[in-house]
Amino acid sequence: MSLLEIKNATLKFGGVTAVDNLSFSVEEGEVYAIVGPNGAGKSTVFNLISRFYDPFAGSIHFDGHDLLKSPPERVADFGIARTFQNIELFDNASVLQNLLVGRHRHRQTNMLQEMLFTPKARREEIAHREAVEEVIDFLDLQPYRNKLIAGLPYGVRKVVELARALASGPKMLLLDEPASGLSVEETQDLRWWIDDIRKQMGITVLMVEHDMGLVSGVCDRVLALADGAKLAEGTPAEVQSNPAVIEAYLGVGAA
Amino acid sequence: MRIHFKTSYNDDIRLFEDRFTALKYAALLAFAIALPFLLGDFYLGEATNVLIWAIAGLGLMLLTGQTGQVSLGHAAFLALGAYSNLILLDKGVPFIISFPLAGIITGVVGTIIAIPALRLHGIYLAIATMTISILADDIIVLTEPWTGGVVGMFPPTIDIFGFEIERWSQPDRFYYLVLITTVICTLFYRNLLRAPLGRAFAAVRDSEVSAAAMGVHISRTKMTAFGISCAITGLAGALMGYFSGMVNNETFTVVISIQLLMMIVIGGLGTIHGAFFGAFVVAFLPQGLSIAKDWFGSSSVAIPGLETGVFGMILILFILFEPGGIYGRWVKTRIWLELFPFARKDMFKRQKSYLKTERLR
Ligand SMILES: Nc1ncnc2c1ncn2[C@@H]1O[C@H](COP(=O)(O)OP(=O)(O)OP(=O)(O)O)[C@@H](O)[C@H]1O
Ligand SMILES: [Mg+2]
Repeated sequence: MSLLEIKNATLKFGGVTAVDNLSFSVEEGEVYAIVGPNGAGKSTVFNLISRFYDPFAGSIHFDGHDLLKSPPERVADFGIARTFQNIELFDNASVLQNLLVGRHRHRQTNMLQEMLFTPKARREEIAHREAVEEVIDFLDLQPYRNKLIAGLPYGVRKVVELARALASGPKMLLLDEPASGLSVEETQDLRWWIDDIRKQMGITVLMVEHDMGLVSGVCDRVLALADGAKLAEGTPAEVQSNPAVIEAYLGVGAA
Repeated sequence: MRIHFKTSYNDDIRLFEDRFTALKYAALLAFAIALPFLLGDFYLGEATNVLIWAIAGLGLMLLTGQTGQVSLGHAAFLALGAYSNLILLDKGVPFIISFPLAGIITGVVGTIIAIPALRLHGIYLAIATMTISILADDIIVLTEPWTGGVVGMFPPTIDIFGFEIERWSQPDRFYYLVLITTVICTLFYRNLLRAPLGRAFAAVRDSEVSAAAMGVHISRTKMTAFGISCAITGLAGALMGYFSGMVNNETFTVVISIQLLMMIVIGGLGTIHGAFFGAFVVAFLPQGLSIAKDWFGSSSVAIPGLETGVFGMILILFILFEPGGIYGRWVKTRIWLELFPFARKDMFKRQKSYLKTERLR
C-alpha cells in the first residue's frame, strides 16, 4: 500500500474548481513533485492533506489512517510535517523555540507538570532539545539558534521552516515551493539536503516546485497539474516532454 | 557584556540563564522581603497595590501578550475572584482553601466563557469580552443575596490556622501574603514559558495555521490560556477585595479592564517584566499626578478624567514610539550600554522582507 493515497479529490472555492477529481499516490521513500502553472491547485492539495479544507468528494489516506476522519492537529501526529509557500513561522520567537514547537506532537507532559516544571518536564525538555539540536547541525543553523525570526533574512527563514518540519520527526515532508526566492547556492544546498532527508533519514518527500532543475535533480516522479486536474504523471523527463504539459505552461496555440 | 558558556542543554532550560541573573533576582527578592522594615505603612500599602496589579497583569499578559488573545473582560474575572473568595468565606470555608479555590473557580469559568469566543480575533474578541465586563455589574446586582448587590461585601480578617492578617492594622502581613502569591504566579508563568505549553501559546499567537500543522490543538490551547489567565486574575481579584476593604458592583468596572490592557501594553507585551513595569505605572500614576498638580499650584482644582486622559496619552506615545513597552526600552538601553560605544543606530530595526498576504496559498 502507498504511504499517501489521494482518490478522486475535488474542492471548489465558489465557482473555481481548485482541485478537480484528482487521484495520485506517493510511495514510501520516494521524492514526489507536483508541478503546474500558477493557480493550478498545488498548494490547495497540500492544504487538503493538512486538513485545512474539507474536500467535496474523494478520500485521503495516509499510512493506513483515513485523514478525512481527523482534525488538522492530528495530521502531525500521524507523521506529516509541512512548510508553507509564504513562510509561516512564529515571528516573535527564536529559531530554537520555533524548532521546539515542531516537537509539540511528542509532548508527554501536562499543564500541571509543566507549571511545576517537575523532573519529568525537565527530562522531556532535554530530550526535545537533543532532537532539535540534531536538526540544527544538519541544516547548519547554529549561528541563528537564539535569533528572533523577525530579524532573519528570507533565505534563512526558509531553512528554519524546513528545520521546524524536520524537528517533528515526520514520516512524510510536504514542501511548498522550498526553492522559491532562494539564491543559486541556497538551492544547491537544498538539493543535497533533500537527498539526505530521503536517504539518511528515510523520510518521504512530497514537494511543489517550479524550479525544474531541482525537480529533475531530486525527484523520482512528477505530477503535472492544470486547473486542479492531472495532466501527466511520470519521471521528470517524461513529464517535461509531455505535449499537454508543454501546452499548459506555454499557453494554448504556442505549441 | 556577559558571555554564556553552556555545557549542557540543562543550562538552557534553567530558571535563570546564569549565576549573575540568579543572584540579581535573589537580591530583588531579598529586597522585597525587607521592604516592610524599610517603608512606612502608607508606602508599604502602595507596594502591595503594585504587586496586586502585577499579578492581574501577569494574568492578562499570559492571554494577550503570550497567546495573542485580547480581552477586555478581565475586570469581570477580578470580580469573580473577589466574590468567590468572599462568598466561600461566608459559607465557612477557611481562607487557605477559599483563596486558591477562588482562582480555580475563576479559571474554570474563564475556560467555559472562552468556548464561544474561540473563533473571534482582535477587535471582535475585544468587543465580545468587553460585554462580559459590562454584564458583570448587572449580574452582581441581580445576585444580591450572595453578593450584597450595591451595598457590597466587606472582607473579614484573614485567618490561616489561627494566624491573623488584618489588612489595615497589619499591612506588613498582608504585604507578605501578596508577595508570596506574586512569587508563585511568576514562577508558574516562567515555568510554562520554558515548556511545550508556553511555546504552543506563542505559536497560536504568531501563526494559527502553522501551529495547527505542527500538531497544536488551537481551540484547546486557547481555552487553556483563558483558564490559566483567568485563574491568576481571580487570585488578584480576591487580593484586590482585601486591599480596597470593600467590594460592590462598581469596584470592577470596564474601566479597570481597559486599564489592565493598557498596563500590559505600556509595560511590554509578551514579557513577565512588562506586567511589573506596567503595574508600577498604574499604581503610581495617581500619586504622580497629584504631586505634579501641587507643583503647578492647582491642587485644589479637581480635573475630571485627568488620570484616564494622561494614561491614554502615555499609551498612545508608547504605541507610536516604543511598541516594546517599558521593558523593550529597558532591554535596548541595556544592550546599548553594554556595547558602548559600538552600538549602531539601526540595530533594533526589524527586517520586514515579505508580506503576509494570501496566508494559506
Ligand atoms: N482560500 C481560498 N479561497 C478562494 N480561492 C482559493 C483559495 N485558495 C486557493 N484558491 C483558488 O484556488 C486555485 C488554486 O490555488 P492554489 O493556491 O492551490 O494554486 P497553486 O498551484 O499553489 O499556485 P501558485 O503556483 O501560485 O502557488 C486558484 O484559482 C486560487 O485562486
Ligand atoms: Mg501555491
